[in-house]
Amino acid sequence: MSYAPNTDADRAAMLRTVGVESIDDLFVDIPVQHRDPTLDLPPALPETDVIRHLGQLGALNATSDDLPSFLGAGFYRHFVPALVDQQLLRSEWYTAYTPYQPEMAQGTLQAMYEFQSLVCDLTGMEVSNASLYDGASALAEAILLCRGLTRRPRVVIAETVHPAYRDVATTYTSALDVDLQVVPAASRDGSSVRPNIESLVEAIDDQTSCVVIQRPDFLGMVVDTDPIVQAARRHGARVVVVVGDPVSLGLLVPPGDLGADIVVGELRSLAGPPAYGGPGAGMFAVKSQLIRRVPGRIAGRTVDLDGKDAFVLTLQTREQHIRRERATSNITTNQALVTLGATISLSALGRRGLREIAEQSLTAAHHAAEALAGAGAVIATDAPYFNEFAVHAPEGAAARLDRLRRDGNVLAGVDLSCVSPRFDDLILVAATELTTASDVEALAAAWARSR
Amino acid sequence: MTDEPLIYDLSSPGRRGVHSPLPQFDPVDPGDVLPSSELRTDLPLPEASEIDVMRHFLRLSHKNHSVDTAMYPLGSCTMKYNPKVNEVTARTPGLADIHPYQPPETAQGALELIYELEALLASITGFPAVSTQPAAGSQGELCGLLSILAWHESRAETRTQVLVPDSAHGTNPATGTMSGLEVISLPTADDGGIDLQNLKESLGPGVAAIMLTLPSTLGLFERRIAEVVELVHAAGAQVYCDGANMNAMLGRVRPADLGIDVMHLNLHKTFSTPHGGGGPGAGALAVQAHLEPFLPEPRVVRKGDTFALAEPSPTSIGRVHSHLGNFGNLVRAYTFIRSLGAEGLREAADDAVLNANYLRASLSDDYDLPYDRTCMHEVVLAGTRQRRLGVRTLDIAKRLIDYGIHPPTIYFPIIVDEALMIEPTETESRESLDNFIDVMRRIAREAESDPDKLHDAPVNAPVRRLDEVTANRRPNVRRVPESGD
Repeated sequence: MSYAPNTDADRAAMLRTVGVESIDDLFVDIPVQHRDPTLDLPPALPETDVIRHLGQLGALNATSDDLPSFLGAGFYRHFVPALVDQQLLRSEWYTAYTPYQPEMAQGTLQAMYEFQSLVCDLTGMEVSNASLYDGASALAEAILLCRGLTRRPRVVIAETVHPAYRDVATTYTSALDVDLQVVPAASRDGSSVRPNIESLVEAIDDQTSCVVIQRPDFLGMVVDTDPIVQAARRHGARVVVVVGDPVSLGLLVPPGDLGADIVVGELRSLAGPPAYGGPGAGMFAVKSQLIRRVPGRIAGRTVDLDGKDAFVLTLQTREQHIRRERATSNITTNQALVTLGATISLSALGRRGLREIAEQSLTAAHHAAEALAGAGAVIATDAPYFNEFAVHAPEGAAARLDRLRRDGNVLAGVDLSCVSPRFDDLILVAATELTTASDVEALAAAWARSR
Repeated sequence: MTDEPLIYDLSSPGRRGVHSPLPQFDPVDPGDVLPSSELRTDLPLPEASEIDVMRHFLRLSHKNHSVDTAMYPLGSCTMKYNPKVNEVTARTPGLADIHPYQPPETAQGALELIYELEALLASITGFPAVSTQPAAGSQGELCGLLSILAWHESRAETRTQVLVPDSAHGTNPATGTMSGLEVISLPTADDGGIDLQNLKESLGPGVAAIMLTLPSTLGLFERRIAEVVELVHAAGAQVYCDGANMNAMLGRVRPADLGIDVMHLNLHKTFSTPHGGGGPGAGALAVQAHLEPFLPEPRVVRKGDTFALAEPSPTSIGRVHSHLGNFGNLVRAYTFIRSLGAEGLREAADDAVLNANYLRASLSDDYDLPYDRTCMHEVVLAGTRQRRLGVRTLDIAKRLIDYGIHPPTIYFPIIVDEALMIEPTETESRESLDNFIDVMRRIAREAESDPDKLHDAPVNAPVRRLDEVTANRRPNVRRVPESGD
């Protein structure tokens, strides 16, 4: 079974047209000793059986229906309206490719243009591309842009930027002349944790190409970024802002208004469930003077021969298929279908809906903190936060999380030792509009029991 | 106006689409917990009803051509049928509603799927080690080159150049630059293969690797592959294979057996995960044993009957994705391989190659064939004969649109004048190919008798040809809010 419709009679007739005896004759350019290996694969499964098999694999995983979950850390479970997946299952969207022939792809191109417009409106920026792979690679590309722009070697990156994003940026720049300096942007005081802007401000100098901060930061804190932006301006460094959770933009001042030159982030949560971390969709938005340095596809509005409004891929001389080794990036395929989901979701939620789910996320997180405090927990976060905060676990985050799951049947959060060993006694707890009162009760009860 | 307004134009103050969940808690006023200076005063999103949003995107979708509409022979993109069962399995709640940071004990099925998919891809390609972390082919290329550089470094060697044939995808040279390497272009020999003499002259002590595409973008298998591999290895360099065209080789040859050191696979091409209007893809990386220590981390490992994430490795090139790659696409690719098995995969390659050769044999009377030999999964024709009539390849492509067929990849590879790169894939039937042949012949006749039909094309599409020059000169890349809006 291969989904191939040709019959043996078709093949025989086609071979006659080609002028060869057998299909084997088409493969004679392959060195003879390496032809026709035996592949060691399990037997083919019909549709019913493969669905059953995948269902069995799925049953080995705990979903948020099985265990109340307070996991966030860059991947959030948000409300995605039902019409989104109905659209994403339309063949016209998901079985098309990059709109190289615009006359046959006006749907995809207009949706890209609307996506770019929505991203600009959400972030306060002026230009958005049509997406990159994920938030992490979007940050790496932002750092590469700033390096090319400023020709300066240093990057000042806050420790409170998502640790996986920092890791990916390290990989992407490993073969290039880039010095990533991770600055402790949060400090400990006993059981608590609070922002440390001064260390970031002090780290920015005349060799700094950009400073990277996250908002809300990885610990959930909403920090006054103005001193950082001012310091960057003084030294001619660019400001890159990572958006922690796109829903926060329903409530918080957009990074463009705070002075960001580049805004990146992960939009997956607007389009569907976390799907074990991928496919995501990397947001990448800039101020207009950087437009010709942007990596990846951009849709533009134009007219056709008859003067009718239409859309097309634009500024393609930035891209690898034209510019080759001088391209702004090697990216080609991006995450179009996920961004389409985000576009439809934002359209259906609209102005009021996005604000409401942002407020509900904030509400749920603050109630979760109150309930945990009521169960004897010490809330470590000593700063305003949006929908995520840190809890102190004196015996160690890993051990506490393990007990909370085994004895309390909750996924209470993420072990913050992934940020720094200094935080190995902190647990990051996230809540969204999908967090229920009974989830919070279960969390508090589990905490009280696990003490 | 476009004939479909922007979503913003469907907005009306106070109108709303979906409703947010019922409140679970007493509302917390954001102004009580966040400084007012941190709160935005304006959120300029559209306010549209659910039915208007649904109709808007449905009508937009109608303006797209897709594989499920009709033939989509876009060369090097492998626009094969996307099996519907893949969409069902990818939406299994236990495979979709799972969080990357939940403990491995609660994600055994996901880890097992990744582990098993990597093993299946290892069997298919012959390489002992595979990472499915790269999000797309280009990211796989970056991982491949960084792994090669790390290997050289582990042998205390510094190499700063990469050789890339002039027929290569543009991603290859762009990846070379991102890896900090100087890109040296290799000319193609008259038969479409690598010029061995030139290769010898280019291979110096500074060369880290050659990136070759197999079969090449000319749709040709490299007949001198054994000599190429030997020369490259003798110079201490590595052979990287761009595996975008793996669909031609399934069950017919394992690239690792040819001596290739590392290759990436585009799961959205060969392994049927949908192209999504431009992604998401997935770009697995397969390597020989000596490069395994450098693969991206974290890796999924098996410990007895359970699966886990390996401890950080000091040799790995590091992480390239927020978690473990485009997992949803890994589910689809796994479903595809399990559905086809070894015989089905080989049948896919056989029919893909037969279909391409059938087009080659059927169209070579009407179009120039720059490399007249048996091709693999795609055939490259040239519109050079038509150019003498004042018709360009672009015109041929646009005329295909009028006949309801997606044009092939055009003007690529760049070494072929007026190139038309046609990849039918295995999932087109003989009747579908015959229709394509008939249309291509008709267009060849029109080029002779009525070239303006081609110059004016398309006339049966939602829009006619576009003004791309103005779009580039004065970019309009977002809807600009009207004042007071």
